Amino acid sequence: MNQPWLLKAENISKSFPGVKALDKVTLTIEGGKVHTIIGENGAGKSTLMKILMGILSPDEGAIFYKDEKVKFTSVNDAIKTGLSMIHQELLPFPELSIAENIFMGKEPTLSIPGWINTKEMNKNAALLMDKLGSKIVVTRAMKELSIADMQMVEIAKAISNQSEIIIMDEPTSALSNREIDILFGIIEELKKQGVAILYISHKMEEIFKISDTITVMRDGRHITTCDIGEIDQQKLISLIVGREINSIFEKKESTLGDEILSVSELTGEKFKNINFNIRRGEILGIAGLMGSGRTEIVNSIYGLEKIIKGTIFINGKKVKIRSPKDAIKNSIGLVSEDRKKYGLVLGSSVKHNISLSSLRKFANGLFLNLKKENEMADNQINQLTIKVTSRNQVANFLSGGNQQKVVIAKVLLNDADIIIFDEPTRGIDIGAKSEIYKLMTQLASARKAIILISSELPEILGLSDRILVIRGGEIKAELSQVEATQELIMKHAMA
Amino acid sequence: MNLKNLLPPRPLAENSTGMGEYLKKYGIFIAFLFICIILTVATPNFLTVQNMVMVLRQISINGILAIGVTFVIISGGIDLSLGSVVALSGVAAASFAHPGAYGLWVPLLVGLLIGVTIGTVNGLIITKGKVAAFIVTLGMMTIARGLALVVSDGRPISNLSDSFNYIGGGEFLNIPIPILLFGAVILITSTILKYTKTGRYIYAVGGNENAAKASGINVNSIKLFSYIICSGLAGLAGIVLASRITTGQPNAGVAYELDAIAAVVIGGTSLSGGSGKIIGTVVGALIIGVINNGLDLLNITSYSQQIIKGLIIVGAVILDRKN
Repeated sequence: MNQPWLLKAENISKSFPGVKALDKVTLTIEGGKVHTIIGENGAGKSTLMKILMGILSPDEGAIFYKDEKVKFTSVNDAIKTGLSMIHQELLPFPELSIAENIFMGKEPTLSIPGWINTKEMNKNAALLMDKLGSKIVVTRAMKELSIADMQMVEIAKAISNQSEIIIMDEPTSALSNREIDILFGIIEELKKQGVAILYISHKMEEIFKISDTITVMRDGRHITTCDIGEIDQQKLISLIVGREINSIFEKKESTLGDEILSVSELTGEKFKNINFNIRRGEILGIAGLMGSGRTEIVNSIYGLEKIIKGTIFINGKKVKIRSPKDAIKNSIGLVSEDRKKYGLVLGSSVKHNISLSSLRKFANGLFLNLKKENEMADNQINQLTIKVTSRNQVANFLSGGNQQKVVIAKVLLNDADIIIFDEPTRGIDIGAKSEIYKLMTQLASARKAIILISSELPEILGLSDRILVIRGGEIKAELSQVEATQELIMKHAMA
Repeated sequence: MNLKNLLPPRPLAENSTGMGEYLKKYGIFIAFLFICIILTVATPNFLTVQNMVMVLRQISINGILAIGVTFVIISGGIDLSLGSVVALSGVAAASFAHPGAYGLWVPLLVGLLIGVTIGTVNGLIITKGKVAAFIVTLGMMTIARGLALVVSDGRPISNLSDSFNYIGGGEFLNIPIPILLFGAVILITSTILKYTKTGRYIYAVGGNENAAKASGINVNSIKLFSYIICSGLAGLAGIVLASRITTGQPNAGVAYELDAIAAVVIGGTSLSGGSGKIIGTVVGALIIGVINNGLDLLNITSYSQQIIKGLIIVGAVILDRKN
């Protein structure tokens, strides 16, 4: 090899109807390094990755792998050459075993062609998982695994392909802190073996922890590439958004009103004996690791999860909530952690998604007033600056941040007084994040009560008036804004 | 965050406008016109008022069934019991339609109620019992057929009143009554789907049941409604059929559900739910009707007709997907 790099993509351009998604982007990847690509959603990262993996072909430009010019026409080409990608949303075969998942499409065979050598396959799979420090039995079905373990399997798959470049698209978005540490350990190990990691993430903290090199993209253009030591967080954010952001949290002194919601001895399958209250104008943060029961608690208040025991009071009155319909009647709104599952009808238009919970507002007797619906939808699109080509655009084609805004628009249009935000900024770029933070503060000022669940501690600390820490389905601590620190929260959350 | 408004929108590869979009939207209409043009050129008798009216009358029963099953399919379900419901409501209505026995409203009400009841049973077992729609309606297909045979003792029920036979055989303002009924069903159902909350909820439930529930929609009652509409329209189709053949025939309507589902799919409604339009289903039924009619006019044997029909159904859908 004459070059210091493994792969070089040179002057890559790609246009879609009406939009130049990539404009002469050049990227070089060196072995044994973690190269992070960062940029807002829509900056062109996904398009570039799709081109590297042979899913899309570039309009202009060339890709060189080691000394050769390569042209990928399919994902298979890319994998054979030495690239693998771990997608943000994993696509496993849930009913098949771990070994079968790893060796899908390249199963070792017996001397009779077509007959799988299961013994050999399981042995090799076990070796691979062992190399990654995982002790999971490889004959277990994929569906039994946690997301972190599934990711481990994906990495094993990439190694079994003998990939020299592994693209990881927001691999930590569904992981707990402990699982993230394990992943980072594996990344360090891969680096030592000379593997290049192309890392995509929105989380500042981990980017600075794991990266060697960083490339910023904006509006389809390459903005800068530098060593991680040459840049600080403030500078990086300003490069990403193209302007300086002084503070993304604008927490004002809040004036609290009357108590609006309280729960007493709330018990469900994954939580027990939960007592708390919230007042108008308050932002109540709920911290805890994934799987601690925090999502189940709020889902039960919203009628999505069964309540075994306990009482919910709204404005001092005892209420029964058996379904989201009941919750909405009691002016509770939920922005779910899983927007694709509980938030959006992906195949429907932005307009129909926004109005879905509040159609009664547009009904004249039996019939819907479609003109009024259009006006209200446009109004929400403008107020929340949702980037769409029109209100009739299908929700599936929006970026994550804009999809999240559609969900929020739906909840706001329904006039909820108590709004639950469960991981509202997961997988969302920094610009949209700060807009959502601002919105939450504004809602609190408008005397709404906000419950915020987040794995990102700066978010919880920056916005909440009060913080509950959940562990093992119970409230382990209640911290005021003044006393709370990242360390203190983690101490109670992990113990 | 006003700066963000100045940034270009994200690429919308699959959502671009232009020729492709146009074809995607109107592909099925273009296919229909194309078939009509070919048949007009190939046979002198195709494009005549008389023949067109005949085609419309022939498709009206399948059309009504197809519109019903469109509701169920948009809501994410399926109904295989339609053909048997046609037979059961037909024999039940016919038993109350002998001359001088009851007023016309009695057999009509009986036929419709049979449909609505079966729809309710299907819907309740699917929603409350949490059994797959395919299984429930497959079972109901056999049960309803059996009931039709039991009720009629396995024999056709004939000697029906003139007023009953008028529904399938009569005309109003020179237009056959089945066509008028079909037209009324199109108007009412399109209005429900486009202009009512229930209609909107049917799309939401079929598109993403979880999100629909989390948006405060009573998913079960929406599904139930779809099955009731579907079977209720099958009840109506059963009345029309019995009236047209002037007999309640327990063996009528075998495999009608498949023609109905074919019309829905040709009309661009996805079997996975969440999308679709009544007008698409109507064009789908028209395509099937025109093909049947054209092959008759071309003197192609009924054996070969089946092969050609099957090929055209699959071909039409492939073309639609390609566009």
